[in-house]
Amino acid sequence: MAKIIAARLLRLLATLFAVTFISFMMTKALPGDPAVAILGQDGIQNEELLLELRAELGLDEPIPVQYVTWLGNAVRGDLGESYINRGQSVAGTIGQRFPVTLQLALMAIIIALLLAIPIGVIGAYRQGKWQDQASSAGVQVALSVPNFVTGIFLIWLFAVKLEWLPASNWNRISDKGVIANLKTAILPATALALTQMAIFSRLVRSDMIATLQENFILSARAKGLSDRFILFRHALRPSSLSVATLVGINFGALLGGTVIIETLFAIPGLGFRLINAISQRDILVIQGITVFIATGYVIINTVVDLFYSVLDPRIRRS
Amino acid sequence: MTALDAQTDSISITDDDAPAERQGSTPIERPKRATPLQVFREMPIVIKLSTIWLLLVFGGAIYAKIDTVLLNDALPLQNPNLQTNNFNPATGEFGDGEPNESWSSAHWLGTDTIARDTFARIVHGAWVSLIIAMVSAGFGVVVGGFFGSLVGFVRGRTETVTMAAMDVILAFPALILLLAMVSIFEVRSLTVIALVIGFLSIPAYTRVARAGSLAVSQREFVLAARAIGTKPMKILFREVIPNVLPTVLSYAMVAGAFVIVVEGSLSFLGLSVQLPTATWGNMINQARGNLKVNFAQVFWPSMALVLTVLSLNSVGDWLQKRAAHRGSAL
Repeated sequence: MAKIIAARLLRLLATLFAVTFISFMMTKALPGDPAVAILGQDGIQNEELLLELRAELGLDEPIPVQYVTWLGNAVRGDLGESYINRGQSVAGTIGQRFPVTLQLALMAIIIALLLAIPIGVIGAYRQGKWQDQASSAGVQVALSVPNFVTGIFLIWLFAVKLEWLPASNWNRISDKGVIANLKTAILPATALALTQMAIFSRLVRSDMIATLQENFILSARAKGLSDRFILFRHALRPSSLSVATLVGINFGALLGGTVIIETLFAIPGLGFRLINAISQRDILVIQGITVFIATGYVIINTVVDLFYSVLDPRIRRS
Repeated sequence: MTALDAQTDSISITDDDAPAERQGSTPIERPKRATPLQVFREMPIVIKLSTIWLLLVFGGAIYAKIDTVLLNDALPLQNPNLQTNNFNPATGEFGDGEPNESWSSAHWLGTDTIARDTFARIVHGAWVSLIIAMVSAGFGVVVGGFFGSLVGFVRGRTETVTMAAMDVILAFPALILLLAMVSIFEVRSLTVIALVIGFLSIPAYTRVARAGSLAVSQREFVLAARAIGTKPMKILFREVIPNVLPTVLSYAMVAGAFVIVVEGSLSFLGLSVQLPTATWGNMINQARGNLKVNFAQVFWPSMALVLTVLSLNSVGDWLQKRAAHRGSAL
């Protein structure tokens, strides 16, 4: 067991090294000179000032040296300062915005599971009947609707037509309280949840179909337990491991996948900041957020993988 | 996986029994390759409709491109960038269009906020989606398909190194990597976007092809070819790749659906092909500020996008099941 964990951690380190290196190199390839961006007109006219600032930012060092310096700082939580909004630390921005993205992703997963489990269970229980065919068709459609389309339709229905919920103006829990916050969070979270719901319910359905053919279900039936009890207490339990794994992986992907929905609903999360940074060419912010999201994604995937092999001995052996 | 699968599987067993009966007297025949028309006839009605929609999108995109590039707008389709209320110096009059018109015989799906014809923009927007899907599939099938087949066949260090490189690209959340890559380019033309998305499509195809190649490389006909001393490269091109290809090609449809959504998202963020080029994503983005006035301008491009993605997914799934079913008959 310890050997497996050690091997996985080693691979995690190697992947993280590669991922941070690629992110670093990509931001190096971004057009525009950071020193010019900071100094503006002064820099273009004053060659000396420009060289001085480049030296201060470490831009005159060879790229591998820059990478090592940057990595050393990043590990200690220093991702530099925004070139556009001077004095704003990138790590501080991430710290401020990450909770919003995290909340959205968590809410999306919860909504998705609340919908997916009953849909998947009904599909398996009524396998091949109209309930199954209808839900499978619905799931296939849900899989094919991009989340920004879902988002706009939700805005049109609930914000424009019915005027029940706001389309933007995110309320922070700390400012306006939980209820006001949920009012602004429910539409974007639902838009994100739809695709997840489709993915989860497919898994629940196919897992359940296999489980329902097992002997212990037959014996539960023979004992005269009600169908509902068997479905939700007996049959669902073996599927929980694979669902939990998928939830973990998709949660990691959602942290990077909220970008579009955050932009659509003008939510002050990581993704919206990333898009702003891209349009302003705010290099260190792009770099910081990309590395942060990619690192989180890689770590979550490794942890999920590890848990899965700890919990399920069949996988450990193969 | 599903009840439907189970059904098709049980049918396939009876199908496959036919050549097995003949085994004693005559050599086993490979299943004959069906013509596209025969495949179309096999399809359930929903899949047929999806195929027809895809052909319409394909045809529409080509038609629109021929119209603007070769025939100088001679064909009956409006110019997607013409503001129909504009002053026309040739006639000395203003155009008869209005912004945000609803559907009419002159403008089938109405006009957008600056009075451009929505139908024409949707048809032209299909070109962008088509190119993205084709280029991504081209890169994926040729590069990913080749490397996947190769490493699944030769194994060893080549496989370890190739797959490690692919895993690093897959270790990024897809959209984040794409955003970082497209922001490198100052001019975002269709070529640039298509090449970036195409490049990023390679790893997923490599995985699919490798999985197929691992299975095919264990099959009797490959072992037989090895046993009679056929050169490995010849086995790869004659035996392995032709048998991996159907799986990879049917994956291309589902992957095409994915990259069309990805390009749509990028367009929606304003980071794909630059305006005024019409894409479904940027049409949705441009109209979304105006939901109260004209929801139709969001609705129609959304429908085009969703129907196309849904059709690609459905036809792709169906073809994948068919390929798997055929593979087991081999």
